[in-house]
Amino acid sequence: MFDFLMYLKVFLIGGTICMLGQILVITTKMTSARILVTFLLLGVILECVGAFEPMKEFAGSGVTVPIMGFGYTLAKGAIIAGEQEGLLGVFVGGLKAAAGGIAVAVTMAFLVSLFFSSKTKK
Amino acid sequence: MEVFERDKKYNEYLNSKIPKTKPWPSLFHAFWIGGLICLFGEVIKDLLMLIPNMSVENASVWESIILIAIASILTGFGVYDKLGAYAGAGTIVPITGFSNSITSPALEFKREGFIFGLCAKMFIISGPVIVCGVIASIVAGLIYLIF
Amino acid sequence: MRKIGKQTIEFENMPNIISSYSIVGPKEGKGNFSQYFHKILDDDLFFQDSYEKAERKLFLTATQEALKKCDMSQQDIDVLIGGDLMNQIISSNFNARELQAPFLGVFGACSTMVESLIVGACLIDGNGFKNAVCVTGSHFSTAEKQFRYPLELGTQRPPTSQWTVTGAGCIILSSKDSNVKITKATIGKVVDWNVCDVNNMGGAMAPAALETLYTFFEDTQTKPDDYDLILTGDLGKLGSEILRDLMEFRGYKLGANYGDCGQMIFSNEQKVFQGGSGCGCVASVLSSYVIDRLKCGKLKKVIVVATGALMSTISSQQGDSIPCIAHLVLLEGKDV
Repeated sequence: MFDFLMYLKVFLIGGTICMLGQILVITTKMTSARILVTFLLLGVILECVGAFEPMKEFAGSGVTVPIMGFGYTLAKGAIIAGEQEGLLGVFVGGLKAAAGGIAVAVTMAFLVSLFFSSKTKK
Repeated sequence: MEVFERDKKYNEYLNSKIPKTKPWPSLFHAFWIGGLICLFGEVIKDLLMLIPNMSVENASVWESIILIAIASILTGFGVYDKLGAYAGAGTIVPITGFSNSITSPALEFKREGFIFGLCAKMFIISGPVIVCGVIASIVAGLIYLIF
Repeated sequence: MRKIGKQTIEFENMPNIISSYSIVGPKEGKGNFSQYFHKILDDDLFFQDSYEKAERKLFLTATQEALKKCDMSQQDIDVLIGGDLMNQIISSNFNARELQAPFLGVFGACSTMVESLIVGACLIDGNGFKNAVCVTGSHFSTAEKQFRYPLELGTQRPPTSQWTVTGAGCIILSSKDSNVKITKATIGKVVDWNVCDVNNMGGAMAPAALETLYTFFEDTQTKPDDYDLILTGDLGKLGSEILRDLMEFRGYKLGANYGDCGQMIFSNEQKVFQGGSGCGCVASVLSSYVIDRLKCGKLKKVIVVATGALMSTISSQQGDSIPCIAHLVLLEGKDV
């Protein structure tokens, strides 16, 4: 059940992807919103060319936890729903697949802000 | 023209003066924290798979939901920004960074009121992610639909 | 009051500094000037429910305490002058509402303290006003929110960045005699050498400091060694190094008597990269350390050049470079 070779791969690949992000931060002075968008689009493109599935097979959460995985979920949702339901599926599928993540992110942000306030940095 | 030359020279000079920080420590920080977050996600998924009748797809969705929730709570406690200052992209690139970028403006702007503060400003950083993601997914779907 | 040279004013009636008060946040209180600040807060929320309100209270406290120190009440204020970094200088406006004093709001970003002093000194020097209360300040958390990111967002600060000082300073000018006088002032021009990096304010503002300081030395026919202390506002470590280079290039070598408030306010262990910035930086250092030293005769002639970056988030996002300004005042202490 607990596959330690897999864990090693997840750690190494996930870490490397984050390190690529850090290289972008250092060399281009990109801000966090740009980094997120860049990796998201990377995930969409990788899914379009069919490269994401094998990567996911190989490294599991190492590629799905980075925001690329979110792009992959969106793209895969739109592609599959499009193939099954046609044009309507293209519009509905992406967000449907990613709905869980977005809904929880929004709800948690809302709840957390009810209980906490921003604190100054020391 | 003279002014242009001066400005160009000054900017070149300025770039040469900017303190050069060694990239290796920050790359390493991003690597191990980012890797650890991914690993944590994988462990969650494996634990979820122990639940009877749990499909791989659902486990993956739960995995990201749990990571998002944890990051959101850590943001509330003021821990995530400290982690981010250490790890840089190591905490931006994982899905937890997306969660942080939604929760942090919500916290920051809640003092401007419920609707125009908290709700309206929630997406000032992560908005582009959703906009670009939705458009890109539609484009991807259309490409597959047509070809 | 008369004009000398191109941009310099010489005050003939010599407006006096009769009182000053500084109030800073906990982080600044652990810095290099901790024993000079009049009040150090334990919590920078200052018992308010938002940081914006806390900033206002900093202003109000600084003003009221400075008035108390020279036995004035708020009815005695001839004119209140001030500004801050918030949009529409709200902190100063709300402070003026509380004090119910005649109010001139000025804006010069981080140079606002010196700009206020110049305006106040002119009003007093013209024999019209008995006193002028100058108060400026800034707050780290409000500046972050307006100019950068939410506090809780996990980002790294670039190595050229500076830390906005939480603090306010109030200086009361008067026609009454005292140990410390404002004798000269130079009004700066807006200088823009096409620097676009909002994370490198020191580099953007150094040319403005250069132009003003250079003009002052030319106008008054003096050189840096004639002064006990030359203090820039918030150029930070990098910016002040650049200013030294630029000044040397123009033929004025800045010696050991040159310092920068932003560089000095925090200690090296405080991890603030290039140092402090913001209206509160020069205001708190000036109204504590500098005036204190002038009063007790340890310093005689002090040049204060405060620099300010005059961009907004909108102009930066539209790709404009950063216009900067620097104003200068010369403070002189009497022999004690």
